[in-house]
Amino acid sequence: MADAAVTAKGIPRDVDKPAAVDLLRQMLLIRNFEDKAAEMYAKGKIGGFLHLYNGEEAVAVGAISVLRKEDLVVTHYRDHGHALAKGSDPGRCMAELFGKATGLCKGKGGSMHFCDASVGILGGYAIVAGHLPLATGLAFAFQYQGKDNVVLCFFGDGATNGGDFHEALNLSSLWKLPVVFICENNLYGMGTALRKASALLDIHKKAAAYDMPGERVDGMDVFAVREATARAVAAARAGEGPTLLEALCYRFRGHSMADPVLYRGKEEEHVWRARDPITTLRARLEAEGVLSTEEYEALEREVTTRIEEAVRFAEGSPEPAPEELYTDVYARP
Amino acid sequence: MPVVTFREAVAEVLREEMRRDPRIFLLGEDIVDYGGTYGVTRGFAEEFGEKRVKDTPIAESVIIGAAVGAAMGGLRPVAELMNINFAMQAMDQIVNSAAKVRYMFGGQTSAPVVIRTAGGSGVQLAATHSQNFEVYFAHMPGLKVAIPATPKDAKGLLTTCIRGEDPVLFVEHAALYGTRGEVPEGELLIPLGQAEVKRAGKDLTLISYSRMLLLVLEAASRLGKEGIEAEVVDLRSLRPLDVATIVTSVRKTNRALIVEEDWYSFGVGAEVAARIQEEAFDDLDAPVMRVAVEEVPLPYAKNLEKLAIPNVDRIIAGVKRLLGR
Repeated sequence: MADAAVTAKGIPRDVDKPAAVDLLRQMLLIRNFEDKAAEMYAKGKIGGFLHLYNGEEAVAVGAISVLRKEDLVVTHYRDHGHALAKGSDPGRCMAELFGKATGLCKGKGGSMHFCDASVGILGGYAIVAGHLPLATGLAFAFQYQGKDNVVLCFFGDGATNGGDFHEALNLSSLWKLPVVFICENNLYGMGTALRKASALLDIHKKAAAYDMPGERVDGMDVFAVREATARAVAAARAGEGPTLLEALCYRFRGHSMADPVLYRGKEEEHVWRARDPITTLRARLEAEGVLSTEEYEALEREVTTRIEEAVRFAEGSPEPAPEELYTDVYARP
Repeated sequence: MPVVTFREAVAEVLREEMRRDPRIFLLGEDIVDYGGTYGVTRGFAEEFGEKRVKDTPIAESVIIGAAVGAAMGGLRPVAELMNINFAMQAMDQIVNSAAKVRYMFGGQTSAPVVIRTAGGSGVQLAATHSQNFEVYFAHMPGLKVAIPATPKDAKGLLTTCIRGEDPVLFVEHAALYGTRGEVPEGELLIPLGQAEVKRAGKDLTLISYSRMLLLVLEAASRLGKEGIEAEVVDLRSLRPLDVATIVTSVRKTNRALIVEEDWYSFGVGAEVAARIQEEAFDDLDAPVMRVAVEEVPLPYAKNLEKLAIPNVDRIIAGVKRLLGR
């Protein structure tokens, strides 16, 4: 399994050239966004906690690429990548990090609570495993209304040891709800290695407890994630109920910007960095003759420009008005 | 006006609202075949089908979490938490999901979920099943807490909660289900945040809610025979809290005693007392006082449990202490 991305060849038949390049573009956009966010955090422009998605881009981009606009995504506190992959504007995302009125949530949510109902991102949630029941309920709403839409629910490996994981997967399977649970197994819950936190290391096997399909996929290979998610989504749309996918991936940075990453070895990081989902995809596209060096460089320039514009937008935006403190607590004040 | 039980009033609202709005569905433990622990939803599955009346596993966190998700997805869930003692299992979903999704997402979503739950103590259920946790939830901006004492208020408040846009904890005292009262026919909406003066008086104000109101009214009636005229205010909802009605009454009577079925420290009484002192200090002829549950986990033994929970005699003693008699 660990060598899948390295040995994988070619581009799946159902992905045409522009679509393949677009997957790379989205992954580059997320990587650049995160690097820029780190820079802005260091400059004091961003407050609070900042959990970055570097290294995991193939999971969000691959999985979300099979969704329709009306399908929903709910996710966890490491949520920037999911919002960008679902189509949120980078400027409004950056403005949210800056705590500005033009941010996705008017500056009230911050990094851990991105929400963009206009593109179907129904929230990043910062209590580990707490959002899995919400995904269950959103999927129930689709089923109740007779719609064939699905909910993708992202969470980390740490969440699979919490009680809400069990309650949500059990009920989703019992009611045959159209939800796909995607565990981003980056091997660490904050700074605690999976082997120290979970009795079962093969997270996808936990699906057996709920009589639902469970599958492990290479989370560094965007096509592999895409293909597995497509199958799970098709089953969910067809009324066959939920799937548990485990995407094996790696967090290139620490848990948050405050994390000096003292708990894992440099050698391990080196092995995973060699499997960087962006550089490996670029190599595959170049090997297939789908992307030239010039085209890749143009892609990088395009993405860099968009992120620079996003920062300009965020910096130029106003802070929320003081009266915003009291809005949105209730439907009517 | 028809006289119905508290249970019938609640069931009638649920039935009428479900007929009116197809987005409403019920979920909870044992609500289908069993009809709910307290029998409120008996017969509902036959009328509305199991698509709209859904039994759940005994898993309170996902009951409330799924209700919140369904509400965000456009439905109108009414979740039944069998018992407020089990609300701790769903605490995170109530305070971090239901109460927060509107605010932290800048108004893009909302969770119009009604959480019905039974509260109350006094029937020898011991420490883990005799607690009144409503104050935990009243503490939380983003949530509302309704806690009626009469069938009429149950009808009017529950209708408002179901048609509202905000998450509400609706607390039904288990010992009130069989109580009877006049309930107007047809539509009745009572806004949250409006306390009601249930009895007029001039010598002091007794402030209460839920089942304690019945004890307070009995105490007021007995005090009346001794020439003490107590005004009785029923809070009806804890958030929003109707401070204006409380203060108006205290300005008239100049004395206040709060009677509550939760612990003395940090309870509803502490909050109400503070509000009175902030807004009507100059009108007070005596310190605001409280009668509350003794500061112990509730015991099983009948005699000990009786000592822990306020009763009419203790309320009367409290009044006399307040009046210096």
